[in-house]
Amino acid sequence: MIAEGGLAALWLAAALSLLQLFLGIAALRPGGAHLLRVVRPLAVAQGLLAALAFLILIWLFLRTDLSVQLVAANSHSAKPWLYKFAGAWGNHEGSMLLWVTVLAVAGAAVALLERRLRQDTLIATLAAQAAIALGFYAFLLMASNPFTRLSPVPVEGNGLNPLLQDPGLAFHPPTLYFGYVGISIAFSFAVGALVTRDVGPAFARAMRPWILAAWVFLTIGIVAGSYWAYYELGWGGWWFWDPVENASLMPWLAATALLHSVTVLATRDGLRAWTVMLAVVAFSMSMIGTFLVRSGILTSVHAFAVDPQRGAFILALLILYIGGALALFGLRIGTVKEGSQFDMVSREGALVANNLLLTVILGIVFFGTLYPLAVEAVTGEKLSVGPPYFNTAAGPVALVLVAIMGAGALLRWRSDRVKALGNRILIPVLVAALAFAALLVFAPDAGMLPLLGLALAPGVAAASVAPLWKRNLRRTPIFIYGMVIAHLGIAVSMAGMASESAFTKETLVAASPGQIAHVGDFSVRFDSVEPIAGPNWTAVEGRLTARRGENGREFQLRPQARMFSSPPTPTSEAAITTHWDGQLYVALGEEDEQGRWQVRLWWKPFVTLIWFGGIMVALGGLLSLVGRLRRERKIAPRTDAGTRADPEAVSA
Amino acid sequence: MKRKNQRLILLGLAAVAVFGAILLAMSAMRDQAAFFYAPADVARKGLPLDRAVRIGGMVKGGSIQRQPDGLTIHFLVGDDTDATIPVRFTGITPELFRENSGVVAEGRFQPDGSFVASEILAKHDENYMPPRLGPQGQHRTDTLG
Repeated sequence: MIAEGGLAALWLAAALSLLQLFLGIAALRPGGAHLLRVVRPLAVAQGLLAALAFLILIWLFLRTDLSVQLVAANSHSAKPWLYKFAGAWGNHEGSMLLWVTVLAVAGAAVALLERRLRQDTLIATLAAQAAIALGFYAFLLMASNPFTRLSPVPVEGNGLNPLLQDPGLAFHPPTLYFGYVGISIAFSFAVGALVTRDVGPAFARAMRPWILAAWVFLTIGIVAGSYWAYYELGWGGWWFWDPVENASLMPWLAATALLHSVTVLATRDGLRAWTVMLAVVAFSMSMIGTFLVRSGILTSVHAFAVDPQRGAFILALLILYIGGALALFGLRIGTVKEGSQFDMVSREGALVANNLLLTVILGIVFFGTLYPLAVEAVTGEKLSVGPPYFNTAAGPVALVLVAIMGAGALLRWRSDRVKALGNRILIPVLVAALAFAALLVFAPDAGMLPLLGLALAPGVAAASVAPLWKRNLRRTPIFIYGMVIAHLGIAVSMAGMASESAFTKETLVAASPGQIAHVGDFSVRFDSVEPIAGPNWTAVEGRLTARRGENGREFQLRPQARMFSSPPTPTSEAAITTHWDGQLYVALGEEDEQGRWQVRLWWKPFVTLIWFGGIMVALGGLLSLVGRLRRERKIAPRTDAGTRADPEAVSA
Repeated sequence: MKRKNQRLILLGLAAVAVFGAILLAMSAMRDQAAFFYAPADVARKGLPLDRAVRIGGMVKGGSIQRQPDGLTIHFLVGDDTDATIPVRFTGITPELFRENSGVVAEGRFQPDGSFVASEILAKHDENYMPPRLGPQGQHRTDTLG
């Protein structure tokens, strides 16, 4: 009965979202004002019902209720409880239910918490949110019902894809979904504001926390995904330009641009049409991401279901929403007034450049990701676009973007003098030039892109902290710290990427016991291989002893090759030790006829900076969010925030 | 500066940036995009000796030969035609690499028609598997109908 309860909750939620859409539209028509108060509770009820359906699915997974088809196909009674729990969304139907739940709960949160938007804009926003949710409810109920029963009931389930049995990865999809869905809220805001012709600073300030929160989640999701690929796949790479990775990167790029343009709109009332456009683009990118990953057009660990019908359904939703939003945009954008103007040399100018370059990178990634699919659809020709394309095309643009990021934070709003900027940026430029010269002397073979990245990183780091210069640090608003930390994180991350690609050392050996291999300044002794067993896997585990230099302390390395029984899948667990200046990475291969084992050793200098920088970026976003919300609360009683307050103009 | 002028300059800059990016993308695409070759394509298109490419197909049953150094393997990649490509690879193969299973390799063709792989793409990259390859049921790689 429990599963039927979940299905009923889902149907009810879908019905409520339909009602929410119609009442929202009716409320906005002349004479519909009395309906305004009904829409908010509807959105809350819809969110609660969707959440109930999802909780029921989790319950079914925790109990391993094999009479439910989805549980039988994706779970197993012998699985650790964490993966039973995470297994609820480690499959197509469950992840779509999670998606719609987050969407509905976020809509409920907007209905409950949003106090800054004009009443009619809020209702239009909730109606737009209901329209999006409705499409996904229809998708779930018609094409991907997670609560389908199975008869006869099998004795045991199939188990979860072992690649997904990793604590980090268990929480990777929800994190990304919070990001995706947060963007959908920004999109609904934009649609709402277009409908009621309310595009202005107050609208931007209302939208900003949502886009900031979404962006923080997306950032964390991408960083976590990258680290997972790095340690779980055993090939030592941290970014592959895989279409599935790009599916999360594209919305991030658009959201990053939106985040910055919304700031211009909120504080200086500029870039009105552009901001609305970016909200549409960002949501389109998250829809395209969903389409790529969930349609079966790609097969990977992320694409659980391969069913053309589902792909066509998501494609139809994609066309409906994006087409509808673009049509609305075309109809209404003429009525959006131009914002205030600014000089080219100003904070706004730099943010426009930032937006332009982010969009260009987005275009490059978009082209490279979809071009092979388009070519194959049209000509049947198989084409594979790999890292060389993306690195060559996006790398240089990214370097320019990062340089402008450093300079932009040093510019004043509205108008600034080139000479004044020159003075402020002198030290960062000198730092970068010195770094470049030093690198040319000590590491001339590093390759141009890594070299430029390594030289730029310290310069950008210097420019990032420069806004704190000569400030009273205790009275500096928190969101300034947020910006500083996020920008610093970009510099840190870039240093890590450049260092990893320039200085990684690799050794590949077929080792017999007692043999010593060298990588970087480490010497690694291969001792033995032992069989071991885990809760639902067996493995062979390599025992290696490493030391650094002549007299370094010895430490153990234990790479494994695991075999999961259900479903039968091998995975590799690399042994990674972290040192202050990098990571030693060891992967175990196969045994040959003479009893030698393949061992792959990497020394990756400062590779950890990549993810550490990513976490700083997310933390910076979080601080901005907290700082803005706190500041608004403080200002609200005095100036009735949301109408005219222009807080940053004073301090930033 | 007049509002009109500023808009024009902005528009111009945007156009330059976009145009530059397109040029960059096109040249990168032409020079560096690794084209995908199935064994049957080699006979049809000839050997691309001038650049790195990707090949894809099925590892022929019984074709994997381990070399005495313990690190190098030789194997044949086939598809649904009779054509095969002899491949040489030095390194650790990904978990999903086995006989009668799909494989995608990046590397260069040699003048004799053999292929030296610099990388066998790991399981994460199954999505590069060409659709409808090999006997039915081995790969669930349906595309949009």
